[in-house]
Amino acid sequence: MMFPREDDTWFDDAAGPIARPYTITGGRTHAGNIDLQLLSLVVALPGLAEAATMAPEYARIVRLCQRPLSVAEVAAHLDLPVPIVKVLLADLIERGHVIYRTSQPLSDTPDQHVLQAVLDGIRRL
Amino acid sequence: MAFAGSEPRRNVSATVVKLLIAGGFGVGKTTMVGSVSEISPLRTEESITQASAGVDDLTGVESKTTTTVALDFGRITINPELILYLFGTPGQDRFWFMWDELAQGALGAVVLADTRRLESCFPAVDFFERRGLPFVVGVNCFDNAYRYGTEEVRAALELDDTVPILLCDARDRESTKQVLAILMQHVMANAALARR
Repeated sequence: MMFPREDDTWFDDAAGPIARPYTITGGRTHAGNIDLQLLSLVVALPGLAEAATMAPEYARIVRLCQRPLSVAEVAAHLDLPVPIVKVLLADLIERGHVIYRTSQPLSDTPDQHVLQAVLDGIRRL
Repeated sequence: MAFAGSEPRRNVSATVVKLLIAGGFGVGKTTMVGSVSEISPLRTEESITQASAGVDDLTGVESKTTTTVALDFGRITINPELILYLFGTPGQDRFWFMWDELAQGALGAVVLADTRRLESCFPAVDFFERRGLPFVVGVNCFDNAYRYGTEEVRAALELDDTVPILLCDARDRESTKQVLAILMQHVMANAALARR
């Protein structure tokens, strides 16, 4: 639903920011079956040395994700739109270079221990 | 998670929670995020290609057709197993459909109000009321802004008596901490009621 369809046509400004990033993904706009959300945590398994052997966009992600980051943070650091970052991350996940966890959907009544921990954490800041 | 027991640094098992900071354009949402975030507020762009059709005829700050919406956010690592993200909601009304996705899984929200243009936070108040998401109202005290009392703001916004409302300074870390702490207490009270 969030992704442009193939038969969409872009002109002028509408084409500008979108067209170039999608060349990075080879025109792909879907992350396959991998359900990445804005706040899914991702972390790279290869270290910095291995990253040097990868294609530049993947190498940047692997270098960034030496500690757990959300998809939103990866996108912000790479200065790329979220949907494109999802495609790149999905590639890395399929190759076993990145592991991820979808943020668990919170129920209508969130766990009181989690809420208390958030409150305590804010007070400690 | 299969990898959870391995190297802690590469652990993705942490619980992720989010709070929203909403309010009109230019009210200080990103400033508030930045006052407590451990990272400088980051900006990311989410695609709204299809949903944007037909809503751009509203009179807005920008007249140009856009296919993405910018989100500003910050992060507070409470402990290695619990990460809090603060998301600033897009300022323009025409992005209301993004809020639905943003609001999913959010614990609660701060509606930042500017007394010089109180009406700019009506859409946020309406949205959270309809969605049943707990929220508090922070009246951002800008320099030289005309000061109203919190009860005057409550009456103007037609807020329920149960909705906490307080004066704040979005630039000030202690002030933002206070707003967020009151929000969390409100969220916990709501959760306790729902559990009965």
